[in-house]
Amino acid sequence: MNGPSVSWRKLLAIGAMLALTVSACTQTTTTPSPTAAAATATPKPAARGQGGELKILYWQAPTILNQNLSSGTKDFDAARLITEQLGELGPDAKPVAQLAAEVPTVENGGVSKDFTTVTWKLKPGVKWSDGSAFTADDVVFTWQYVADEKTAAFTSDYAEGVKSVVAVDPTTVKITYANPNPNYYQFGANCCGIMQKAQFKDFLGEKAKDAPGNLKPIGTGPYKVKEFKPGDVVTYEINENFRDPNKPFFKSVQLKGGGDAASAARAVFQTGDVDYAWNMQVEPAVLRALVQGGKGELLTTYAGTFERLMFNFSDPNKEVNGQRSEKSTKHPFFSDKNVRQAFAMAVDRATIAKELYGDGLTGKVTCNVINGLPAFESKNTASMDVCKFDTAKANKILDDAGWVKGADGIRSKGGVRLKVLYQTTAANPVRAKTQDIIKKGWTAIGAEVELKTVPSAVFFTPKTPDSANYFYADVQMFASGTDPDPTTFLGEWLTRQIAQKENNWGLKNYLRYSNPDYDKLIDVDLRNELDPKKRSELGIKANDILVGDAVVIPIVNRASTNDGRSKDLKGVKPNAWASSLWDVADWSK
Amino acid sequence: MGRYLARRLLVAVPTLVAISFVVYGILALAPGDPLSQLALNPNIPLEVQERIRHSMGLDEPWHIRYVKWFLALLRGDMGFSYVGFSPVGDLIWQRLPNTLWVVGLAYIVGAIIGIPIGVLSAAKRYSVFDHTATTFAFIGFSLPTFFTGILLILLFSVKLHWLPFIYDTTRQVHDLDSLIFQVKQSIMPISVLGLADAAILARYVRSEMLEHLPLDYVRTARAKGLHERLVILSHVLRNSLIPVVTIMALGVPTVFAGAIVTEQIFRVNGIGELLVRSIGDSDIPVVSGILFIFAALVIVFNLIADVLYAVLDPRVRYG
Repeated sequence: MNGPSVSWRKLLAIGAMLALTVSACTQTTTTPSPTAAAATATPKPAARGQGGELKILYWQAPTILNQNLSSGTKDFDAARLITEQLGELGPDAKPVAQLAAEVPTVENGGVSKDFTTVTWKLKPGVKWSDGSAFTADDVVFTWQYVADEKTAAFTSDYAEGVKSVVAVDPTTVKITYANPNPNYYQFGANCCGIMQKAQFKDFLGEKAKDAPGNLKPIGTGPYKVKEFKPGDVVTYEINENFRDPNKPFFKSVQLKGGGDAASAARAVFQTGDVDYAWNMQVEPAVLRALVQGGKGELLTTYAGTFERLMFNFSDPNKEVNGQRSEKSTKHPFFSDKNVRQAFAMAVDRATIAKELYGDGLTGKVTCNVINGLPAFESKNTASMDVCKFDTAKANKILDDAGWVKGADGIRSKGGVRLKVLYQTTAANPVRAKTQDIIKKGWTAIGAEVELKTVPSAVFFTPKTPDSANYFYADVQMFASGTDPDPTTFLGEWLTRQIAQKENNWGLKNYLRYSNPDYDKLIDVDLRNELDPKKRSELGIKANDILVGDAVVIPIVNRASTNDGRSKDLKGVKPNAWASSLWDVADWSK
Repeated sequence: MGRYLARRLLVAVPTLVAISFVVYGILALAPGDPLSQLALNPNIPLEVQERIRHSMGLDEPWHIRYVKWFLALLRGDMGFSYVGFSPVGDLIWQRLPNTLWVVGLAYIVGAIIGIPIGVLSAAKRYSVFDHTATTFAFIGFSLPTFFTGILLILLFSVKLHWLPFIYDTTRQVHDLDSLIFQVKQSIMPISVLGLADAAILARYVRSEMLEHLPLDYVRTARAKGLHERLVILSHVLRNSLIPVVTIMALGVPTVFAGAIVTEQIFRVNGIGELLVRSIGDSDIPVVSGILFIFAALVIVFNLIADVLYAVLDPRVRYG
């Protein structure tokens, strides 16, 4: 079962370099300032439309306002002012009701005990911006739209495994999954902006791209489109039919796109030309200087995305059945746990986090596979040897295991040399420098390291031997992260998920890692466990196996959002799991 | 002349077809994929990507796509952008005013400043004015606009807070205040582009003038006792301007193409910004659309330049 998450938007936007997923523990990194605390406090209730124009700057410009056909964060966020979901993930990765009256749970009977059906009660009396009533039919229609293969919705993966969505009555929707789904908010809170049936009913399937509503959708959110110039600017005006009579505060919003991240940072931190600027993807040193401008504050949130190294457990140089890295082969030295451990201990993640991620500015040290979900974050890994940078000890482990240094300083055992091909994506300065730092560490323990970079589009498409899926190398590095529920993500290390020629390298276990205990833990124990506390324990156990067994070497948890807010702007609640503009109705000055 | 024009226009047709084919082919064969970003997204699996690709017609070979695109173009339909699915014609049309206002005005400002400076420099060759103008002209066309642009932003927006540096394309001029705002937000991009244009024109006019000044007809004019100002303005300048006018006519199509770098720096979001972003996204319909119009304009203005040349210089005759 595919259990997608909210993360895809972030991922797209930031592209190869800061592609992301997820987080729960939303942390707000603030420059120390007396106004910071006051600014994030909940604002007093204000009258609708009392503020002037809210100016938002995105250095990528939106090109479409239909969330289900949008390929990037910019589009998704620009549409968020208009379009809402039943529920939306809050800063703690737990759903918050939007169009729903309350979030269905097992306790309140909304979610069936076997995680198969979810019943959403809708808020009564909600109106579309054109004045017509919002009903359960609109939700059913949205599902049909997204699930229709001919629509080719970018969010269609979120409809995967959804057997039916039925309107029980005008304010009740019942979602049934084909199989028990631990990520039961998949369709509802993790995804899918609700579309107005009346506006889109003639644009289902192949005609989806011709819909005028793609550029001017009718929504239930706080604003509606006044003017949209794709690739340039969106201006919004208040949706007079918005359900909260006191919101939104700002009379109009202008979301301007284009330019570059550094000058966007300048506009919010130095000149105050804008109230909010998205994704300050600027080198940490430069960013730190710009934040000193004093007009704004940096909002950093963390979801699950973490940069990591992964070992190949199969032999990338031996061809079996028309493929290399075939699952029955063994890696000449990474099949030895001592070697993996030593390699893990030679990774200087503190230096990487400090030099390349500004120590919490764009990323922070992690030694966990599950990040950003407080309930699933392991506290055990910090004390593990594999998580401590110690080349002396790593050398000793290799000495003891019989890996002897030759005249050239490279270790070997039984004619097998520690020669490593280490690949990642190209044209990414941070990754290139990370490779350099790690190469230095591995050289210090007697390994010969050859670096390789592959353009990211090639790397992530299982069509060539250069892809991460084929994994014709010894180690590779990239980033992704967990969903709000970690079951699917932890499934990426299952034996049945091994990427091979037979499945067109389409599965997720690129490492060819196979551990029957781990398989049982995920596929039997975790999948069938319903008690949240026990699920946490099982998730943490799985995390500890992957880290402790030196299967995965986590390096840094990358920031999910890195936005800038003017110090005058109040009520902003940073949220790694949703759109940056998810709470725009609550913003004020 | 009529036959000449007809012949030139006839030749233009196959030229345009060839250009469109080459442009489309190069874009289609170049590395890059409009959906490449999707490949980075683990939550858009391969099947979904293929479905999206199919729905956009991207799974067809490029020559088929070209023929479809070209046939649609003949009907005046430039197709849909791969990014956001807006009609290409609308995208260009929306951005044209921004480009014409900023880049077009800069072109005019460049001429208004550049030509007089060139004339004065030549008339007072090696004077203090000439040296100063020459120095500034060299600075003007040596410094790239992305550098001068950022310099102006740092000075006037960041340090002095006088001018906005995020160009607002939604403002309309309807009264004095909105006009003042429009001038304030346009002044930096127009200066950056205009001064670069002026520098080049000034050098060009100066050297043309200097070529004409020693000629016999100038000596004759002076010998007739004409005032020096009259000699310069109505004899030398008039003759020197013939190639300048041609050059300026040839430059008009580049106004349409916009100013890629400057538009990005100031977020003017005109045609240049659209072009460069579409190239980055491998958005072939948009790039082909812009380049096709650009090619057509180049051909038309080449023709205009040639005709102007004949009009201005009676010695030139086309048969």
